[in-house]
Amino acid sequence: MKTAPAKGAEIVPLKAEDGLRRHGRLSAKKITLAHGGGGSAMRDLIDDVFISAFENPAMGDLEDQARLPLTQFTASGDRLAFTTDGFVVDPLFFPGGDLGKLAVYGTVNDLAVGGAKPLYLSCAMIIEEGVEVETLRQLVASMKAAAAEAGVSIVTGDTKVVGKGQADKVFITTAGVGAIPAGLNLGVRQVQPGDVVIVNGKLGDHGAAILAARGDLELESPIHSDCRPLTGLVQALLKAAPNTHFIRDCTRGGLASTLNEVSDGTGFGIRLQEKAIPLREELRGFCEILGLDPLYLANEGSFAAFVPRAEAEAALAALRRVDGGQEAAIIGEVTTSGGRVIMDTLFGGARIVDMLVGEQLPRIC
Amino acid sequence: MKYADEFRDSALAAGLAKAIAEQLDALGATEETPVRIMEVCGGHTHAIFRYGLADLLPKSIEFLHGPGCPVCVLPRSRVDDCLAIAMKPNVIFATFGDAMRVPGSKGSLLQAKGDGADVRMVYSPLDALTLARRNPDKEVVFFALGFETTMPSTALTVLKAREEGITNFSLLVNHITIIPTLRAILDDPEMRIDGFIGPGHVTMIIGTEPYGFIASEYKKPLVVAGFEPLDLLQSLHMVLKQKVEQRCEIENQYARVVPNTGNAVARKAVEQVYETREHCEWRGLGDIEQSGVQFNAAFAAYDAEKKFAIHNASVPDPAECRCGDVLKGLAKPWQCPAFGKACTPEIPLGALMVSSEGSCAAYYQYSAVHNEALEEARNAKAS
Amino acid sequence: MCLGVPGQIIAIDDPAKRIATVDVAGIRRKVDLSCIVDEDNPPESCLHAWVLVHVGFAMSRIDEAEAEATLKVLHEIGELAVEREAMLTSEVQ
Repeated sequence: MKTAPAKGAEIVPLKAEDGLRRHGRLSAKKITLAHGGGGSAMRDLIDDVFISAFENPAMGDLEDQARLPLTQFTASGDRLAFTTDGFVVDPLFFPGGDLGKLAVYGTVNDLAVGGAKPLYLSCAMIIEEGVEVETLRQLVASMKAAAAEAGVSIVTGDTKVVGKGQADKVFITTAGVGAIPAGLNLGVRQVQPGDVVIVNGKLGDHGAAILAARGDLELESPIHSDCRPLTGLVQALLKAAPNTHFIRDCTRGGLASTLNEVSDGTGFGIRLQEKAIPLREELRGFCEILGLDPLYLANEGSFAAFVPRAEAEAALAALRRVDGGQEAAIIGEVTTSGGRVIMDTLFGGARIVDMLVGEQLPRIC
Repeated sequence: MKYADEFRDSALAAGLAKAIAEQLDALGATEETPVRIMEVCGGHTHAIFRYGLADLLPKSIEFLHGPGCPVCVLPRSRVDDCLAIAMKPNVIFATFGDAMRVPGSKGSLLQAKGDGADVRMVYSPLDALTLARRNPDKEVVFFALGFETTMPSTALTVLKAREEGITNFSLLVNHITIIPTLRAILDDPEMRIDGFIGPGHVTMIIGTEPYGFIASEYKKPLVVAGFEPLDLLQSLHMVLKQKVEQRCEIENQYARVVPNTGNAVARKAVEQVYETREHCEWRGLGDIEQSGVQFNAAFAAYDAEKKFAIHNASVPDPAECRCGDVLKGLAKPWQCPAFGKACTPEIPLGALMVSSEGSCAAYYQYSAVHNEALEEARNAKAS
Repeated sequence: MCLGVPGQIIAIDDPAKRIATVDVAGIRRKVDLSCIVDEDNPPESCLHAWVLVHVGFAMSRIDEAEAEATLKVLHEIGELAVEREAMLTSEVQ
């Protein structure tokens, strides 16, 4: 069972006939504790579901570690970027994505917004007893496609099975490494008053897609998650605006939380223009129905970049040429006045945009 | 969005704000002696902050944020009742998201969920009925809170349950009525209110007639308002116009949605299912006579209070909490000793800090941008 | 309190049970029409109507003519204030 090689790494496919190990086949329909027990059932699961999808030379013969050539890092930078993230989502599959895709893009994006070229990922899965094997296959297929899209290889991993109720279906933890080009030094401390804040696209779609997909609210929504790799967008931005100071992806807590973190981290204020913030019409409708504020909804393919004003137009033009950047917009700027995010409203007033407390709950009655 | 975006046109705001400033000058209002207008409804409070309306208006107008947020006036004892039911085995407790974080004396529904209670957030009481249909071996309880706007929806849901013969479904009713509370506020000798912005969606059900006494007995103007920023500015203009012309009338700015006669079909459903509750406790305001409803005898089978033998034991508000004074407009949120210290949106002590419609949370999270007293209170917390 | 949003009825799913589908800027939801139908206005008459939706119920039909009248007044108040200011400014000059 061969798979197409992932971009980004030279691949010599593993072959069963190499004679080192047999390739197991998993015939069970559901995962049981036996699949985490270390015996042949576990090996069948790993062979048939994971190796057959992810196989690449860095995996070697399933040693305890992946072995990566340092030259590949030194060729593209002078520092290693290293990150990890745990992924849980309910439901596992939602419009525009699934847990597998999130687990790859989430880690890729954490590397990408630091200016790094993402290269390798690890993948640890915690699986709840009773999960359908088919579900697992779909998640793995999705991870494989996402890794190919993002130009990374998944080179090492782990699988654990826990009893019913001890996890919610599947949890995935990925870690990732990449190389940061010499001379590039993005950081929150580089942010300066006068920098403009640029977002690459429409905000809030992921949070709304997940809320709708859960089904409790009985809403039919055409909104898809914005789940996507940001590497290409960030690279285009940095090429057009090489003096960019800082980039952060606006995941949990949405744009508002990201900007508050920057404001807290620098002591500078941020002044937003509500009319400039790109939102799709359906998202506005969704938020009106539930009394939600779109600035706090999660994103999985959106960033806020802090760019010197002189390079802002070039940055926008470059972003708009890349998929996922067509709606890029300048939404505000960094100010000297005390560390607070303030938004000029659509209606001409102004209000503070504060950090969110806990989870945003619908406001209905 | 039709019927929303037209009423958010900032180009019209400047002219309206000018006209309002002229009226305030004509009335001799100043920052020290402002015209005080109470917006009754929490939805209006939310809109005022969301759009930053205070920034557009002169300081000679002061908004008093009224009691029309069902979550904000939910007494601690009622949240305790919710928890008592939600923690029972075999119960699915369904509620609007609004109620999840409201603190009772033993925690909130969100905390109960963390402790293993099966608490579900729904958008509609009909969705709670669907839960009952899908889980015939469970008892599904819906927490019916809200004003007159929401009563028809829960009444019709119960009628539907009866029609379908669904018996594993009941409601914990905490529906409250705005009229007796407005009278209580007007009777308070400390109150100084020059006029009211009336609750648009409540009026869509009850009509404009029940407000008549506010104009005839108390000589205050009231304008029923929509929820978009231009609706609010126009309503304010209408209230001030009455003041300038020395009239006191009940007017309706929100005629596109609110017929003056309200909705008779909806009222009929409410009357069929509910009866007036003799006493009703409001957080911060205390007991107000006949300010709520309960199931009538014919629908006792759907009454969760009876089904689960709940005895509503009153729990006093925390001593340092000044929610009542803030609700009545006697104190600004930041003048409460607990504001930003013992009481934050993260760990709310008083209900006004819970909902973004509550004036404390609104000030804390959105706030007016140029408010030095507020800044001071916030900074005191940080240091 | 009482969050309500304008939406358009795009399908009558079950006239007997008075269930319809409402569209709010592309988001759809089943709503109960009980509050806006009676003998003279059957469920079928709600198709394409704009309604005010609250907690899964259509609570009121939105009156197009009233909406336009309100907007007209809004324009007039604003324009008058701007004219008065222009007059004042020219007098001062």
